Amino acid sequence: MTDSKKDYQKILGSVQKPVIGEAGETGTWSPKKPIIDLSKCIPVKSRKPSCFNCWLYCPEAVIMRSIPPKIDLIHCKGCGICMEECPVKAITMEEVKSE
Amino acid sequence: MTEIEEIKTNINEDLMILTGNHAAAHAFRQAKVGVISAYPITPQSPVVEKIAEFISEGKLKARFVKVESEHSALAVCCAASATGSRVGTATSAHGLELMYEMLPWAAGNRLPIIINLATRSLGAPWSVWTDHSDFITIRDVGWIQFMCENNQEIYDTNFQAFKIAEDPRVFLPVIVAYDGYILSHTMMPVKLENQEKIDEFLPPLKHHINLSDITQVKGIDPVTTPHVIKRAEGTAPGYYEYRYALQKSLESSIDIIKEVHDEFARKFGRSYGNGIYKTVQTEDADTIIYAMGSVASQARVAIKQLRKEGIKIGILSLKLFRPYPWDDLREFFKNIENVIVFDRDIGYGYEGVLSYELKSALYGLKDRPNIKGFIVGLGGRDVTTEHITTGVHRALNEFKQGLSTNKTDFLGLKLDELYDYDESTYFTRG
Repeated sequence: MTDSKKDYQKILGSVQKPVIGEAGETGTWSPKKPIIDLSKCIPVKSRKPSCFNCWLYCPEAVIMRSIPPKIDLIHCKGCGICMEECPVKAITMEEVKSE
Repeated sequence: MTEIEEIKTNINEDLMILTGNHAAAHAFRQAKVGVISAYPITPQSPVVEKIAEFISEGKLKARFVKVESEHSALAVCCAASATGSRVGTATSAHGLELMYEMLPWAAGNRLPIIINLATRSLGAPWSVWTDHSDFITIRDVGWIQFMCENNQEIYDTNFQAFKIAEDPRVFLPVIVAYDGYILSHTMMPVKLENQEKIDEFLPPLKHHINLSDITQVKGIDPVTTPHVIKRAEGTAPGYYEYRYALQKSLESSIDIIKEVHDEFARKFGRSYGNGIYKTVQTEDADTIIYAMGSVASQARVAIKQLRKEGIKIGILSLKLFRPYPWDDLREFFKNIENVIVFDRDIGYGYEGVLSYELKSALYGLKDRPNIKGFIVGLGGRDVTTEHITTGVHRALNEFKQGLSTNKTDFLGLKLDELYDYDESTYFTRG
């Protein structure tokens, strides 16, 4: 049965999987990326897992809950919500030149 | 009319006198539909009322989801179908138009949902009577579309529709349409088949997706890009590839539709032409009436009279409207001299849809026939034998003189009965 399948019969609708980057490399969508000023960042300063507002509010789950918080810039769409939510204004949106 | 003869010879306790709507409801019951979600609209409502009755009497084990609009009805159907269940609904006119937004999602996600459509004209002005305007508006979204001519055909086509929709080579939603009131509310003898035989013909659905099975890590509605998506987990198609697959599956489904029709005919002893179109007295005909549904039914009466006048005339009644069976139609019409098309619809701004689609399908054919289209019976205006004979005479006369054009020609208009009607002065006359 599988052998006799035509190419178009192999493409149906049900392929969505919960994986990183389901919609491709969405980091290309915006020229601006969040940059964390580590001298202001609460978990870095306190050396304790705290705050993490950026991780909590990121709609695309590209921020890791680590010290310091790491951002997956390949998939970050550059929405700037983390900058808005950071209580100490440690995050700024800056133009990142692609190499 | 082989199907009617078949009924006469098989009179038994399974023969019931049913409206078209109730024939559709019985088909849903016997197809063991798992989830039904619908919103009432004239003239479809008795379908879902009857289904609700079956469920309350315990004759159908199904979940009936009540919703606030047709858009939600089809949204529920899509979601339910994605859990691997057999799903169906019914609607008419503006109900179908409100579903429109969900129609391409059902087709694109390849969900085998069945809609029974009791056709009705679109407003404004208000009309609850039949024409095919609602049916033709959804021709470009990727659904398979059938038009029926009698209540037995509605019942039979529903089983074929489920079988076609659920075929792993197809996986597409299907719409089964029939004229509002003319069939939906008119009683005819319908032979209900034995449940075991139906179960043999229509085994349980084996879906390509089942969201209720948590061992499967699958979802629907993938986000696609203009590109093929490459990532560590593997390569996935882009939007363009999905849409290619949808179109090719539609194109190739014509053979499967014929296959399923033939299997049904062998098993139950009733056939509807070749499953694509039905013909009446076409063996020796040089002139063909090309129409759909109620108009073709009326033409069956009209050709008796036209044959007496010596016109070698037959009918091709289109059953499968989408995917458009252009190959079969080219084959059929290649030796025909004249075609007279009666459209109970208009592709507004151009002409009757059946008419212009046939012209395009026969483009490039050597010795292609003369084609003339007429508009008939919009908003439930009676299509009489006289309209059809007048149309045939006028068309043949025009063909002889080489006068026929793409301009729309309305039959059965009663402008003369309006006398001196003028809307601007209508309310000033007291």
